[in-house]
Amino acid sequence: MFEPETIKRDFPIFANNPDLVFLDSAASSQKPRSVIDAMTLYYERDHANVHRAAYALSMRATDAYEDARGKVARFLGADTDEIVFVRNATEALNLAAHAWGLNNLHAGDEILLTEMEHHANLVPWQLVAARTGAVIKAVPVTREGRLDLDAFDSLLSERTRIFSLTQMSNVLGTVNPVAELAAAAREKGALTVVDGAQAAPHLPVRVHELNADFYALSGHKMLGPTGAGALWGRREVLKKLPPFLGGGSMIEEVQLERSTYAPPPQRFEAGTPAIAEAIGLGAAADYLMELGMENVWMHDRQLVEYALDELSAVPDLILYGPRGEDRGGVVAFNLGSLHPHDLATALDEHGVAVRTGHHCAQPLHRRLNATASARASFYVYSTKSDVDRLVEALKKAREFFAGWL
Amino acid sequence: MSLLEELYRETIMQHAQKPHNFGPLENPTVRVGGNNPSCGDQIELFLKLDGNVITEAGFTGHGCAISQSSASMMTDLIRGKTLDEALELERKFKAMVVEGQPPAPELGDLSALQGVAKLHARVKCATLAWNALEQAIEEVRSA
Ligand SMILES: Cc1ncc(COP(=O)(O)O)c(C=O)c1O
Repeated sequence: MFEPETIKRDFPIFANNPDLVFLDSAASSQKPRSVIDAMTLYYERDHANVHRAAYALSMRATDAYEDARGKVARFLGADTDEIVFVRNATEALNLAAHAWGLNNLHAGDEILLTEMEHHANLVPWQLVAARTGAVIKAVPVTREGRLDLDAFDSLLSERTRIFSLTQMSNVLGTVNPVAELAAAAREKGALTVVDGAQAAPHLPVRVHELNADFYALSGHKMLGPTGAGALWGRREVLKKLPPFLGGGSMIEEVQLERSTYAPPPQRFEAGTPAIAEAIGLGAAADYLMELGMENVWMHDRQLVEYALDELSAVPDLILYGPRGEDRGGVVAFNLGSLHPHDLATALDEHGVAVRTGHHCAQPLHRRLNATASARASFYVYSTKSDVDRLVEALKKAREFFAGWL
Repeated sequence: MSLLEELYRETIMQHAQKPHNFGPLENPTVRVGGNNPSCGDQIELFLKLDGNVITEAGFTGHGCAISQSSASMMTDLIRGKTLDEALELERKFKAMVVEGQPPAPELGDLSALQGVAKLHARVKCATLAWNALEQAIEEVRSA
């Protein structure tokens, strides 16, 4: 049985903030005791630099670090040597864009993105486009908040060299049909990069079934610590990929003027990595696999359906995003013409923590005709009573601002 | 009074809904943009000067009640002031909302924003227009 109330007890933050209604997990999740303990234990018992020494302590640290890589690989249904540790999804996407893009894109080539991307999956491609002369195209979003698949069909062409999209929108909660779109891209000879920052924490991911070539995730959004994320790359693609950052640990042999590089994944991990954080991410992957990602997704689905039903009954509330099986646990909204910041301050008075702003998705907000929105997002420890408190606080805010909406 | 009541007074909500001096000025002496990248609030501030004196001030943009009312009241207040006087008002406003000092009498209606000092997350909203003012004055002086 999946019991969010029981799960909540694994997260010390809630014991320390008993009245907190935390609805901002899409920005960063809370951490279970097992993740915090794994990192503490590592520092107290096993810490030394990795990959560099012959003494027992360093080998133990290396084993723990590599073991964490294996856990992330299992979590994604990938092989261990296809997992590159990075700081976060942003760095993973930059790595893919720069290492692959700068070496494979030419003037006139097309980079296909979507209108619902987080800035982390827009700006790196803009940087690469500016340097290569490649052209950016973007799949528009429909009024329901889904990708316009007809537009995708007409935008995808032989000129498309790379297609980069989010598996789940951090504003609309939409889960995109990645496998189908990536297969179409592959047929045209394009690679697909998947931004899994929101999807990886919430649904079962099998990278090969997605027909993807790269998959980016952030550990801190999936119960892990800040500072550790991963880029999965399909082996054949990673093998041919030149380095992104240079330095120690990523080389085979160094001359003064040139070097040869280590095979993946080490080729992409220059310098001392965030060892404890990677171990924490491994513990987070374990925790989630123990819960079962199918169960996590089911919980998300039930909660978001409940939330959408309840929120629909709040007068003046404008809800964004689709309804259906392809909707994850993120709900963005506005209350009448009230600015979401003012709304969030009112909700905070009732202990309800939601995020406001454009959520690093300005082009999407332009499409929604909103400069900003408030967003509630759920995770494994979120409960129906959290949703009830949100609805109650919204009703009170509406009364408070009555006359100004 | 709750924090919310302290913050969202009648004055603030009225300025936010019907901001004064809203709209671009024609042939401004100086025009600067400001934004709060963390939340997307934006302002464009226009000033007309006669020598050292601000004769007209206007703004466009969008944002929350705090940033809009602050811009509305600020553009009311700085009209007819010299650049030095305007900078002095900025200093006093920031002393109120950043440091939590009691409002200086010269701030007039802007004292309604003193509750912002208790809400760390909203300080940037209140100071958005004022930072644009400071930048505008710098631009005038370096031109
Ligand atoms: C869809 C999506 N992509 C990328 C990111 C960037 O994640 P990070 O800031 O951890 O690199 C986020 C985080 O907000 C996101 O929601």
